Amino acid sequence: MDFREDNGWSPYLAGALSGVVLVLSVWIAGKFFGASTSFVRSAGLIEKFFNPERVSQIAYFKSKVPKIEWQWMFVFGIFLGSLISSITSSSFRWQALPDMWENRFGTSRTKRAIVAFLGAAVAMFGARLAGGCPSGHGLSGSAQLAVSGYIALICFFAGGLVVARILYGGR
Amino acid sequence: MKVLIYGLVTGIFFGFFLQKGRVLRYDKQLGALRLIDMTIVKFMLSTVLVGMVGVYILKDLGLVTLSVKPTNLAANIIGGLIFGAGWGLLGYCPGTSAGAFGEGRWDSLWGILGMLVGAAIFAEVYPTLKTSILTWGTFGNITLPQVLGVNHWAIVPIFLVGALVLFWWFEKKGL
Repeated sequence: MDFREDNGWSPYLAGALSGVVLVLSVWIAGKFFGASTSFVRSAGLIEKFFNPERVSQIAYFKSKVPKIEWQWMFVFGIFLGSLISSITSSSFRWQALPDMWENRFGTSRTKRAIVAFLGAAVAMFGARLAGGCPSGHGLSGSAQLAVSGYIALICFFAGGLVVARILYGGR
Repeated sequence: MKVLIYGLVTGIFFGFFLQKGRVLRYDKQLGALRLIDMTIVKFMLSTVLVGMVGVYILKDLGLVTLSVKPTNLAANIIGGLIFGAGWGLLGYCPGTSAGAFGEGRWDSLWGILGMLVGAAIFAEVYPTLKTSILTWGTFGNITLPQVLGVNHWAIVPIFLVGALVLFWWFEKKGL
């Protein structure tokens, strides 16, 4: 057990404060939370470095232009905010394997790297097909009472529940 | 430039609160998917409830416009299930993978790299998807109040009460 976990706040409080941040962001900047589009733009930026002509012909990069914009900075900000919070509360921990993973699948870093990498590629493909991730659909969509948000959110959890059950069994 | 700074500052606050809520961790995300620890659900629902009330008050005052994503049934459902499966393997979502790296859980780096590859693959097959799955069951940018033909304030209180009952149940069960 990690005692430093106790440095955290109630998830209700931290979540509600994030809701205030969302409302202020919509009010001041006109921007709703989202994250997955930034991975498309980043992928495009990387591909552009090697082959700009090819990228200019890909239809998806015409609607999601590879550039640094609001959401990209938002995602980078999440990294910084988490870094600041964890360092100032001594809950920063340089950790290769999550505890739950290690207890179930052992100490192989390669195994974790492969599963995480493949899972991430699958997740991002799904998020782009669904039109958003837990930020865009789950938070922003649900807060706006968007039908797409609830459908996507339910399916996110449904897919995740099945895989978690396969990986860890019942309980 | 100003818009980039807004993005950065908003992200820093959100990342700060995500870390405080301890929702950036694999153990918390899988904990929810294994139905043994509802921390991330508590966090998300709290954000949604505050966001819902705030955004709709500002909308009624004419201060903000909504940005509703289109309901494309097949894409939302199939994409959602695919995302969920990948999420179960990775244990981080796109936003939280950046945050998890921020607090030193560096297996999230494999996640960030994998997501870049997944995004690139999606861009390659997008033309095919655009004329197939993405055209199945399209309803446009609809919201629940529109579908039900009621005012949004008829729905928001139901969500509030429903969430509070759920929170009460989580706490009672120690989830």
